[in-house]
Order: sequence, then structure tokens, then C-alpha cells
Amino acid sequence: MFTGFDWEVIWRTKAYLWQGMLFTFNLTLLAMLGGILIGTLLALMRLSSYRIFNIPAGAYVNLLRSIPLILVIFWFYFLVPFAIKFITGQPHAEGIGPFYSALIAFTIFEAAYYCEIIRAGIQSVPRGQVNAAYALGLTYRQAMMKVILPQAFRNMIPILLTQGVILFQDTSLVYVVGLTDFMGAANKVAQRDARLVELYLFAAFVYFVLCFSASYAVKQLQAKLAPSSR
Amino acid sequence: MGYNWNWGIFFEKALFGSGTYLDLILSGLQWTLVVSLLAWVIAFSVGSVLGVLRTTSLKFFRAFATTYVEIFRNIPLLVQMFIWYFVMPELMPKAVGDWMKTGMPMPEHSSAILCLGFYTASRVAEQVRSGIHSIPSGQTYAAYAMGLTEAQVYRHVLLPMGYRIIIPPMTSEFLTIFKNSSVALTIGVLELTAQSRQITEYTFQGFEAFTAATVLYIMITMTVIVIMRYVEGRVRVPGFIGTGGR
Repeated sequence: MFTGFDWEVIWRTKAYLWQGMLFTFNLTLLAMLGGILIGTLLALMRLSSYRIFNIPAGAYVNLLRSIPLILVIFWFYFLVPFAIKFITGQPHAEGIGPFYSALIAFTIFEAAYYCEIIRAGIQSVPRGQVNAAYALGLTYRQAMMKVILPQAFRNMIPILLTQGVILFQDTSLVYVVGLTDFMGAANKVAQRDARLVELYLFAAFVYFVLCFSASYAVKQLQAKLAPSSR
Repeated sequence: MGYNWNWGIFFEKALFGSGTYLDLILSGLQWTLVVSLLAWVIAFSVGSVLGVLRTTSLKFFRAFATTYVEIFRNIPLLVQMFIWYFVMPELMPKAVGDWMKTGMPMPEHSSAILCLGFYTASRVAEQVRSGIHSIPSGQTYAAYAMGLTEAQVYRHVLLPMGYRIIIPPMTSEFLTIFKNSSVALTIGVLELTAQSRQITEYTFQGFEAFTAATVLYIMITMTVIVIMRYVEGRVRVPGFIGTGGR
């Protein structure tokens, strides 16, 4: 069944595939950081009792959660040049390059998902903690930064990391705009050398090993963080 | 911003295919719905079986179902799409492979449906498993004490309750399958997202085309939510989970 295949092609192109993997890691890490940062702000807005904050944040999250990531990527590839022209005021402004367009699209998209995770995390902090913080005379900002968020994030770490693994898989979708992430690199080699079977199976294997180990590590961490709930 | 708005674009005759651009969007919507719904049939049935197997007392089947879930969950959907479309025909026995390449009707669409179905099955299996696990074990013991066999315990006690408990997470899996169906465009299925991009490339009216797709996706989401809320209300067991207080 595996006769006539040329597995050596992977070894020959390892440097190129590794470049792609670095791109994937970069994009995943930066989008995750950006997503968590914006997601936290959105979560605070959604939990705010002021309509001016919670309505826009709710609309943002519901909008982005009902459309596919690929459509979001297309939207940003289309919008970013207009946005740059608008901000700089120059009709022929330089682009920011495909990597940053992709990074913005992923950050914006993931922020909606992180927002919901963080919101649940904040809500899981017992109400008494909030009341105690206010009773001690802390301001909203102090209560959030010193009491609520540290506890919330501690509870959320496993879910945030799991979402990171999902994001890692999702970054393969930059393929649709022709970027060379790990899958993009595998795909280009596959097309050039007509070695589709070898490269796609190899890509699947690599993704599987990485995601499976990461999920396993998260599970171990979860057991360690929450011994009381076991 | 130097953009030429033209909402009338949808009623203009398309530069490719036949009919107007609106027809293209609608045909995209139709494929999104067809691919997603057929894939859901596979996902729901295969996922249910796997989810049940993960909780049974049969060790071999449990191991099989766990392996299935881990494999399908840890490989990106895009990679799975390529494997179903490009790799499967090569790995099958020659006659089957040749048929898949030349004889199979609408190869892109069939591959996309199979891929999306078996991928989502792994996620459905996880929901079914967690639904069954969330039923107090006293119910299982009581059922066995009454003399039911394992199959009967599942049929009459665990599944009727388990499926009701997981309606909310299943609704979100069902919504996800519509969104994930857009990945089918990578193997050439002209569904909603693909059509909106194609229109953008031919006419440069990206705002209008992507807005149309976005609005249609939101409408799908809302329709599903309304239907599932109705279903949830209809199958509600008085005095049980999700029924109190409302």
C-alpha cells in the first residue's frame, strides 16, 4: 500500500517546513496574547452594568461567533488596505504585509471566544470576594486587578490553553490567502513535487503529535491546579 | 476612503456562471446548507455511537472510541479535508481509489461532507459522553437493580436523559458545523464564503459581497437557535435539569 511513495521528500525540505512551523508558532502565540488581552477588555465590558459598554461588546462577540473564521480572514484582507489609507490619509499607503493582516484577523476573531471564556471565569469568582473588596474600600479598578482577575485567571488557565491548542489548529486556515505557515509550506512542497500523500499525511502526523501532547499537558496541569475538585 | 458603493451589484448579470450575483450567493447558501446538514446526519449518528461506546463496560470499544476522538480532534479540519480529498483515493485499494477519482458523483462535495461529518462526530461523541456521565450513577444502579440489561439501561434510562441534558452544547456544535463547512472551499466546494470571495475578485465589491455572506450566516445562526429553543421546550422533562425556575 505504501509502495511508490517517496518519504524522503520530507527530509529534503525540512528547513522550509521548519520555517513554516515557526510562522505557525509566531502567529499562534501573538494571536493568543492579543486575543486574551482584548478578550479581557471585552469581558469586562460585557459584565459592566452600563449599557454603553455591554451592548457593543455583546454585539461584537455574537457577530464574530456566528461567522466562519475564513470569512473573517477574507474580510480583513479586504478591509485592512482601506483602513490603512483611511488612517494615514495617503491614497497609496504601504500595506502592513500579509503576516500582520493575518495576525489582526486572528486576534479580532479569537478575542470573541476568549471573551466568553474570561467572562465565565470572572463569574466563577464568588460574589463575596467582590463585596469584600468593595467593603475594604477598593475601587473598581483595584478590585478587578488585585482580587477578581488573579483568581479568575487561575481558574481559567486550562481552558485558555485548550483554546490556544484550537487556535494553533485554526492558524492552518491562513492557507486560504496563500501564506506559508506549516500547512502552507507542506502544501507548496506537495504541489511542487507532486507528493500530496506524503506531505499531507506528514502534516497530519505533526499536528496530531503536537496537539495531543499539548492537550495531555493541559490535562495534567488542570489536575494539579484544582486538586480539590477531583 | 475611495470605495465605490454599489449595492445594486447583486442584481447585475454575473461575469461568470449564469444568472445574477444574487443567484451565486444563493447557490452558495444552498451548498452551505446541504453540506452542513448532510454532514450533521453523519456526525450525529456516528458521534452518538462513539459517545455511548466511550461509556460502556466493553474495554476494547472504549479504547477504539477514545482513539477515534483523539485522532479527529487533534488534526486541523483543513488537513483532514485535504486527506479525504487528495490522500484517500491513493490509499484505498486501486479499484475503489479509481472510482473515487473518476466515478464518484461530485467528488469535492462528497469528500467535504464525509470529512466534516466524521470530524464533527468526534465532537458530538464528547458531548454525548459528558451527557451520560452527568447523570447520577444512582439511576444506573437502580436500572440494573430492576433487572435491565446494559442495552436497556442505555435505551430507557441513560440516553433519553443524556440527550436532553446536552441540547445546549449540541446546539453550539450544530452551529459550528455551518461555520466549519466554509473549510470545504479549500477543496473547491463553492459554498457561501467561496462565492462571496469569488464575487469580490470579479467585481471588487467586497463590502457588499462579504456583508451578504455575513448576514446570511447570522440568519442561519438565529434560525438554529430559535428551532433548538423550541425543541428544548418540547422535550423538557418536568422537574429536571434546565426546567426549574424558568
